[in-house]
Amino acid sequence: MTTQEALFQYTLRIADTNLILAQRISEWTGHGPFLEEDLALTNIALDITGVAKSLLEYAASIENKGRSADELAYFRNDRQFYNAQITELPNGDYARTIVRQAIVDCFDYYFYTELAKSKDETLMGIAQKSIKEVTYHLRHTSSWVERFGDGTEESHNRAQQALNELWQYTGELFEMTEVDEILIKEGIAVDLNKVKEKWENHMSELLEKSTLAKPENVFMQTGSRKGIHTEHLAFILAEMQALPRMYPDAKW
Amino acid sequence: MKTKENILSLLSEIPDPEIPVITIVELGVIREITLIDDTSIELKITPTYSGCPAMQQIEDDVRKKLQEHGFSSIKINMVFSPPWTTDWLTEEAKDKLQKYGIAPPEHTTEDKSWLSGKPKSVTCPRCKSKNTKLISQFGSTACKALYQCQECLEPFDYFKCI
Ligand SMILES: [Zn+2]
Repeated sequence: MTTQEALFQYTLRIADTNLILAQRISEWTGHGPFLEEDLALTNIALDITGVAKSLLEYAASIENKGRSADELAYFRNDRQFYNAQITELPNGDYARTIVRQAIVDCFDYYFYTELAKSKDETLMGIAQKSIKEVTYHLRHTSSWVERFGDGTEESHNRAQQALNELWQYTGELFEMTEVDEILIKEGIAVDLNKVKEKWENHMSELLEKSTLAKPENVFMQTGSRKGIHTEHLAFILAEMQALPRMYPDAKW
Repeated sequence: MKTKENILSLLSEIPDPEIPVITIVELGVIREITLIDDTSIELKITPTYSGCPAMQQIEDDVRKKLQEHGFSSIKINMVFSPPWTTDWLTEEAKDKLQKYGIAPPEHTTEDKSWLSGKPKSVTCPRCKSKNTKLISQFGSTACKALYQCQECLEPFDYFKCI
């Protein structure tokens, strides 16, 4: 694998994780539990769609085979997507949506903090920009995790259940492959072991404050680095890609 | 012979698509102007927020304006670093926001209190009371938070620090 191929894969992986999560949480638009929260989640979805767009444009330019960012988003099949599986899982109730978002926001915060030191100028720039936005997201979702966890018995139980179900998908976030190995040597990619330590400390602190129990000895799901997904991804793609596939020449 | 100053004043005629009382120059999204000759130009622009839907509009408006003034080769590059910050808003722009009914950012991002979730008191753009309450960190557009004044009871937008 060449450095260029590794960089393409790496950029695509981060792009897909943002794109699929944005698409998933956009489902709440117009259905939020109350107006301000509806707007908040929609705004978060908008920010991460923007990050996905910037990264897909960069991926397209690295690949340099004439595929555009839109073609990457709309004309790949599920096995060609590399988003972390946690992002494709259904939203469930609001506690589950928020717990998942807090898990990913927290990961993103420490991941972008490291990526902002990358020797790749585009990734560095996108990371520097994203940290500012993710800081707002993380603050928002953390405060909800606290409210749910330390709220009523009902909200506590729902948040705990979400945590128990989602935890098995957190291992994937920190998996490193040949792609990471090649790019770490070049000073481009992030050592995910470093991110993991910070993420774990932050999550432990947040969960303790929220009176929620951190799941222990959990079997971790895997696959997305190879394009293997849960059954949910194909459905989300079917919805997201239907229009451009039906009218491939449509112009806005 | 056109100069960078000419171009900057041309671009200063373009209003921000979402907050038309300030110009795109005052917003700080124009980062670099490279005049190649009287018909070719290169620009660097930076997005306010990653997902800001106004960026495409801004790019289109810039292109149109430059074409009207004789440029046939216009290259616009989107840059991300250094990331856009509300610190780049001029005092004049902040005044205009205030008069338009949007509370301008109260402090700079150098002051890290914006990160802790306890922003300094935000002044109501209508009655100037400091007795205001944060309703939501996320408002009608990516760059705004929603506040309510406890004196005049009006809800208002706050241009949040980033
Ligand atoms: Zn007031």
